[in-house]
Amino acid sequence: MTRPSTQDEYLAGLVPDSVRATSFSRRGLLRGSLLAAGIPALLAACGDGGAAGGGGGGGGAQVTLGSNFSDPVPVKTMDAMVAAAQKAQSISIKLNKVDHTTFQNNINNYLQGSPDDVFSWFSGYRMQFFASQGLAGDISDVWSTIGADYTDAFKKASTGEDGKQYLVPTTYGPWAVFYRKSLFAERGYQAPTTLDEMTALATQMQTDGLVPIAFADKEGWPAMGTFDQLNMRINGYQFHVDLMAGKEAWTDPKVKQVFDTWRGLLPFHQADSLGRTWQEAATGVVNKTSGMMLIGSFIGQQFPDADQDDIDFFNFPEVDPAVGADAVEAPLDGFMMSKRPRNEDGAKKLLTFFGSPENGTVQTTIDPSAIAANTKSDQSKYTALQLKCAEFVSSAKSISQFMDRDTRPDFASTVMIPSLQSFLQNPADVDGLLTSIESQKKSIFAS
Amino acid sequence: MSPDLPLVAPQTAHRQPRQGSHAGAGKAGRVRRLSGSDRIVVVLMVAVPTIIVVGLIWLPAIASVLLSFTNWNGIGGLADIKVIGLKNYTDVFTIYPPFKPAVEHNLLWLVVMFVVATPLGIFFAVLIDKDLKGSRFYQTALYLPVVLSLALIGFIWQLMYSRDQGLINAVLGTQVDFYGDPKWNIWAALFATCWRQVGYVMLLYLAGLKGVDASLKEAAQMDGASEVQTFFRIVFPVMRPINIIVLVITVIESLRAFDLVWVINQGRNGLELLATLVTQNIVGEASRIGFGSALATLMLLISLVFISIYLTVVMREDER
Repeated sequence: MTRPSTQDEYLAGLVPDSVRATSFSRRGLLRGSLLAAGIPALLAACGDGGAAGGGGGGGGAQVTLGSNFSDPVPVKTMDAMVAAAQKAQSISIKLNKVDHTTFQNNINNYLQGSPDDVFSWFSGYRMQFFASQGLAGDISDVWSTIGADYTDAFKKASTGEDGKQYLVPTTYGPWAVFYRKSLFAERGYQAPTTLDEMTALATQMQTDGLVPIAFADKEGWPAMGTFDQLNMRINGYQFHVDLMAGKEAWTDPKVKQVFDTWRGLLPFHQADSLGRTWQEAATGVVNKTSGMMLIGSFIGQQFPDADQDDIDFFNFPEVDPAVGADAVEAPLDGFMMSKRPRNEDGAKKLLTFFGSPENGTVQTTIDPSAIAANTKSDQSKYTALQLKCAEFVSSAKSISQFMDRDTRPDFASTVMIPSLQSFLQNPADVDGLLTSIESQKKSIFAS
Repeated sequence: MSPDLPLVAPQTAHRQPRQGSHAGAGKAGRVRRLSGSDRIVVVLMVAVPTIIVVGLIWLPAIASVLLSFTNWNGIGGLADIKVIGLKNYTDVFTIYPPFKPAVEHNLLWLVVMFVVATPLGIFFAVLIDKDLKGSRFYQTALYLPVVLSLALIGFIWQLMYSRDQGLINAVLGTQVDFYGDPKWNIWAALFATCWRQVGYVMLLYLAGLKGVDASLKEAAQMDGASEVQTFFRIVFPVMRPINIIVLVITVIESLRAFDLVWVINQGRNGLELLATLVTQNIVGEASRIGFGSALATLMLLISLVFISIYLTVVMREDER
């Protein structure tokens, strides 16, 4: 499918054939193109009335699908999902592929302009935010069809603040400490279960000339994973939830303890992390120059096909025996429906398919780093790693979504990214850093 | 917006006084000669650009200033905008750690461009103007980077700077993290910017040098002036209009600095600039429109300082 080269062409493409001849709305078109030009502030005054204008009647059978799957493996997966959905639900789908980061950066304008009927998005606060702003469509009736196949935890992660469902989760990937089986076998390493054992293992790796913990934070978000894991091991799942919701103070000694523990582990982290992408860090694990890496299961995409069986992981070790290690971080990805889909029936049919066991099978077969969120999905083709991931998450007592999905997006991106980077740069001044985070948090959460 | 825009201003500014001497006779004649269609053309030529400038520059700028006193997440109508007075500004100055480094980096950018890139460009222009052997080659080589976008320049230099695979570290046998280490990355970015800016300034200056009357230089040499004296006492003052253009371009390019650092690491961790802070807060999921607008307003104020200096200089030229 070719992408339209201009916004006008794109918007024109959204008008169903049946409507195109008669009720072509120039206003909707103009509004859309001006939005793309980046002056949403002025145009918001025009109100919401224009948004429905672009589509008109919407009697056409075509469903539009906005996708942020942009790496080679995800793109292949998306194409297969669309093909399977068209066949299963006898609908025609128009796929609109957008670069992953671009999609996220433009999400506000996209949802307020002329969004596709169905679009890919994430679970947690990130989903609830758009649902509560009235930019997402209620799909509770889809859930009445697919709901039985999902665990309560996943249903909760797909539910908005008003108790209605807004997301159909398709896949997830747990965060854990990944390593190569062959490397651990060669050197006789054992997967640690406590922080002390992990420190001992890291020390041993250092003596063996390895970088113990591959680490990167150029993008700003990978370090959030380390913070989340340590926080949940030291202070527990509930503290994580409350801290992310802005209910706990960042100046709390409990948070300070997280950073202090992290500081103790920093000498084992790969140096100069702020200039490295997670892919570059993962290369170290693939090449056996680094011992292990705390990252999501998507690290599997960095391994060549021949080495897929060599990937293994262990749960981030226990720090405090009283807290244990049964909280697991497993961000869910899925699909949402826009507020006023042009083809609501088709959109819901598509979402029902995305929530079906068949879709899970399609996705997990092509992308072996993903685990189907649907519990009925066929696991017979799972790799050993996928099976272990699925088992790992289903045995977890509580599942978190990741810092940038569990808290406000403005807080995560404008406060936490620079703050964690400044900690990595200057790990000594934790008190000053926490005071700064707390005062910014108060200002943002008050709004 | 093209950085070439202000090219026009100083030149017209210069010509005007010369035309002024004929104004008395010309004015009356010109009014009589304007036919109806001429008038329409003139009105259109004034009105259309005015509407564009007011609509696309002034209104958004004023809207930004107004939004900077509010709290808004960019979603919904005007009714959702909460007016919160100066809170965004107090937040910027008191609890927003990236702000101070951003201002410092913008000023550093300006200073380096002014002290290093621009004089170096002028120096190269003077050298090439001497018609050395192979000057065409040097000219092309130095100008080549100007053709590239700053985003692309960021990628090209990544190949030189990369910690693990970069040329510089490979040759020197070091492991300096040029883009990641905040001690280095601002200088690495500045070097890459200067690499491009030098060629730009050189070309502009070279064009000006070609226009300097050769007899002036000859006369200076006759009077026994050295090369250096000839340049600073004769050529440089004659080049005044070009000097102003070069100065303005230096300032504008420094304030516009954005694309290069955005490509490197989105303006974080040692590469904060005002423009990247504005983008981080407004674009993307964050959508702190009010807070971002406050930053943008501060940036506007800083730019205004330089714009006023420039306008004062140009207007003083006018009056002469």
